[in-house]
Amino acid sequence: MIGFNILVLVCLAYVAVLFTVAFAAEKRAERGEVGWLRSPIVYTLSLSIYCTAWTFYGAVGYAVRSGLEFVTIYLGPTLVMVGWWWVVRKLVRIGRSQRITSIADLISSRYGKSNLLGVLVTLLAVIGTTPYIALQLQSVALSFSVFSGDEAAVWDAGNLKNTALLVAAGLAVFTILFGTRRLDANERHHGVVTAIALEAVVKLVALLAVGIFVVWGVAGGAGDIVARIDASGVAEWNLAGGRWTTLIFLSAAAFLCLPRMFQVMVVENADERHVAVASWAFPLYLFLMSLFVIPIAVVGLDVLPGGNPDLYVLTVPLSLGQDNLAMLSFLGGFSSATSMVIVAAIALSTMVSNHIVMPIWLNLRRGGATVSGDVRNVVLLSRRVSIGAVLALGYLYFKLSGGGAALAAIGLISFAGVAQVLPSLLGGLFWRGATRAGAALGLTIGFAIWAYTLFLPSFGDTFVMSAAMLQDGPFGIAWLRPRALFGFDGLDPVVHAVFWSMVLNTGAFLLGSVFSFPEPLERLQGAQFVNVFEHSPNAPGWSRGLAEAEDLLIMSQRILGASEAQALFRGAAERQGKGGYLPDTTPDFIELLERELAGSVGAATAHAMIGQIVGGSVVSVEDLMAVADETAQIMEVSSRLKTQSEELSRTAGQLRDANEKLTALSIQKDAFLSQISHELRTPMTSIRAFSEILMSGPMTEEEQTKFSKIIHDEAIRLTRLLDDLLDLSVLENGQVTLNWQTADLHDVLERAVTSTVSMAGDRGLEIIRDPSVERVALVTDSDRLAQVFINLIANARKYCTAQNPILRIVVSDGGAGVNVDFIDNGSGIPRPSQSVIFEKFSRLSDKSQAGGAGLGLAICREIMVKLGGSVTYLPGQGGAAFRVALPRAQARAAQ
Amino acid sequence: MSPPNGSVFVERRTYRRRRMMDAARLLPILGALLFLVPIFWTGNAEAPATTARGVIYVFAIWAGLIVVSARLSRWLTPKGGEDADWDRRE
Amino acid sequence: MRKRVLLIEDEPNIIQAISFILSRDGWTVDTHADGQTAVAEVARRTPDIVILDVMLPNRSGFDILADLRADEATRALPVLMLTARGQKRDRELAERFGASRFMTKPFSNAEVLDCVRELTGS
Repeated sequence: MIGFNILVLVCLAYVAVLFTVAFAAEKRAERGEVGWLRSPIVYTLSLSIYCTAWTFYGAVGYAVRSGLEFVTIYLGPTLVMVGWWWVVRKLVRIGRSQRITSIADLISSRYGKSNLLGVLVTLLAVIGTTPYIALQLQSVALSFSVFSGDEAAVWDAGNLKNTALLVAAGLAVFTILFGTRRLDANERHHGVVTAIALEAVVKLVALLAVGIFVVWGVAGGAGDIVARIDASGVAEWNLAGGRWTTLIFLSAAAFLCLPRMFQVMVVENADERHVAVASWAFPLYLFLMSLFVIPIAVVGLDVLPGGNPDLYVLTVPLSLGQDNLAMLSFLGGFSSATSMVIVAAIALSTMVSNHIVMPIWLNLRRGGATVSGDVRNVVLLSRRVSIGAVLALGYLYFKLSGGGAALAAIGLISFAGVAQVLPSLLGGLFWRGATRAGAALGLTIGFAIWAYTLFLPSFGDTFVMSAAMLQDGPFGIAWLRPRALFGFDGLDPVVHAVFWSMVLNTGAFLLGSVFSFPEPLERLQGAQFVNVFEHSPNAPGWSRGLAEAEDLLIMSQRILGASEAQALFRGAAERQGKGGYLPDTTPDFIELLERELAGSVGAATAHAMIGQIVGGSVVSVEDLMAVADETAQIMEVSSRLKTQSEELSRTAGQLRDANEKLTALSIQKDAFLSQISHELRTPMTSIRAFSEILMSGPMTEEEQTKFSKIIHDEAIRLTRLLDDLLDLSVLENGQVTLNWQTADLHDVLERAVTSTVSMAGDRGLEIIRDPSVERVALVTDSDRLAQVFINLIANARKYCTAQNPILRIVVSDGGAGVNVDFIDNGSGIPRPSQSVIFEKFSRLSDKSQAGGAGLGLAICREIMVKLGGSVTYLPGQGGAAFRVALPRAQARAAQ
Repeated sequence: MSPPNGSVFVERRTYRRRRMMDAARLLPILGALLFLVPIFWTGNAEAPATTARGVIYVFAIWAGLIVVSARLSRWLTPKGGEDADWDRRE
Repeated sequence: MRKRVLLIEDEPNIIQAISFILSRDGWTVDTHADGQTAVAEVARRTPDIVILDVMLPNRSGFDILADLRADEATRALPVLMLTARGQKRDRELAERFGASRFMTKPFSNAEVLDCVRELTGS
């Protein structure tokens, strides 16, 4: 037998592991390494908080009492998840796009950010969940007491309660530590989710281990188990159709409406695609959790016929001497209880804080949220206090109810309570006609009937309801008897309550919606929820320009924190094309801000806070009435306007570009004309001056010859300039006719070198070539190509500054073509000039050596483009270097 | 409603996906009907309705649902960038 | 004493032509071909008149003129500007910067000679 001290030690060690895991996950997430923290498996496992201690221990007890019926509790959620395409997918999308923080927030947000509904749902949730938390505390306390069986003296009721108190306190600490680290309830609680995922694994492994032990260790395998079932007390087939159907429906409804389920399914969801995986993985989890329930029940009945069937999971291995297995099972139950309590406490505290505490706080300080005081701290504090309060309430309930059998029945009662949200939830998701009035009416009536027919009677005749009232109805009115409403006698209490509460709830919801008229904001939200897959979530909500950006910033800083708020405002200002931290308070911006704030304090509160600053009733009702009729219409109009304005700005941009291009062209043209003028007038000046000198009178023979030669040279220069200009003009206008022919690179180079040597003059230029690699066949215009080569060789001849100028002509393979490099040993061309040398008139060195008009390289470039190649400057070769790239023969021929 | 969904003939792959969506919608309804079948069991002399049979029936249906759902979710999960169908109107 | 002309021009043939014309008329002609050092050259040579081309290597004739006009010593120095671009804008700029005379290439020899004589009052 395991000693009590060891049990406590193991328990503490396990809690320490949970803290460590949660802490490590938080740290990991802070470093941005979310990785597997956001995997679909973790999401699926986090859903397993559906399986609480009530199911971990209670399912076996349930099976002992009612046979197969226990399985309905798992079949409902299975159907919901298998039908994810209908509801869960939509819920998750809405939750993410509207930054929903809880189920109360969802209902409040859907029905025009109504806080009344938020409060209603919150109350319902608190009343429905508190007993459930008490149940978890009880189960943990009971499981402790099982282990201390031989120390019974120490274990009286007082100890039981002390254990429960300790557990409650520990859970409060954990939840406050990891559940309120961030203000934005919409952000993921990585620590919490990871810890409950771990707990999910522990409880599954524990139950499977006990099951496998029971089937293959105690019984003789699957066949034997079937035989044992047939031989046992649960063999008889006594399925009650009404309960079976009702409970499947009820568990499905509760699965969607339970605050803690909404928390893990929607709020903590990191990726919509995880839902797709969970659609089969979570049913699988439930399947495995239920698989061994009946075998354990049957074997339990054999082994411990007098024992408490609710604890068979623990007592069967213990009584068979399997201490370690029992310990594992204990941890499984402990996990089930704690994970449920933690998530429920987070969900409830968010709801209480956002829908009850914050509105009251805001009301008390009517001056507005901008008055001194840190809203951020208020929200966090209220959430922490709420967690403490929720757990205290659970403990109190446990203590007062005495932890008896009454508590065990609370599971289904609690389910039926939260299920009252279902009509408003589904109606809100799928029916645009659903209104706030309808939802409020349905919720209230459903809630009241549930309380009257199920919740209050569950306390027996000691609390609120007297025995006489239960028996004969209030004031003896028979058709108002709590367990036989309208004379429906003989129904199972749960079936009776669920039937009437759901029927009347749904009826009131439908009638209320049909006969009331929604406010504009409701209609917009309705359209956004129902058509969430079509619309990007951006309903107009605030009238334009009334809010002071600075006030909003001050308020946001208090809620979001200074740096985050500033980043948000700065980003918005930037998108509006403004500097600084204060954007224009456009409806878009206010919408964005409201959504951000909603992530922290809930939709209704955020709406109210902004309302205080933006001023009064905010939604310009009349305007919206006119347009809100069909949100689709708004969407269409705004998208059309957007398209138009985009088109306009595009056109304006094009005009601007065209104008810039024209201006540039005009400047270019002026510069070109001015250049041509200069180039023409300079030789003409010399010609005119020397002609006049020659005409003006006597001079020596020598002078006469010299001056005549100058005139002659300048006339040639003028002609060449005109030739070049014409050539360039023809090339640029594409009027040139090329004479395509096959040619050999070697021949073309030979021709170019020869012709430059013939016009060499005074400067000797040594040319180094390697004729062996020059034998390359080309299809080109060889005259034009030679022109390019001549130009490059002539340039080297003219501009190479070396003492003994050398030009290397290197032919190499250039992949798609052939490269011909002209590299001299001069000083090269300075980097800034390299980009302009191919422009017209870009003569670099002083004119004394040039003799050209600076058109040579421009012409070369044009020619090479026409020939399908290129000429570029090759930097880093020691001297000036030009590379002529030529396409190969076959490449050309293929064209 | 919008033009891309309005065309009568769609790509084969898109057509497949749409049918998968239909299947995903029908699956829970089918599942619910099958889970309700045990209500009507009364049994007879040769094959009496027993808990053991009930267990086998329910768990078999359950396993079947899980397998079919797993197949469907694979088909329906968008991979990177192709969210258009995922967002399709109900 | 012979009067001195400083010719700032970079085109060799034009330098030769103007030098020839002015020398024949009895002037001492100094030449300079670089824009960057032109102002210093004026200060060094202290000529009676400067003939200044607009398009010079490294520095524009207008900038040189502006520097000359900014300096007390050369504020009144006669400057004859020559340009081959011959656009209206150049003439306006020359006037604004304070050129004594502005002439477009090609010019007649007599015109240059007359202008130089007139500006130096000889």
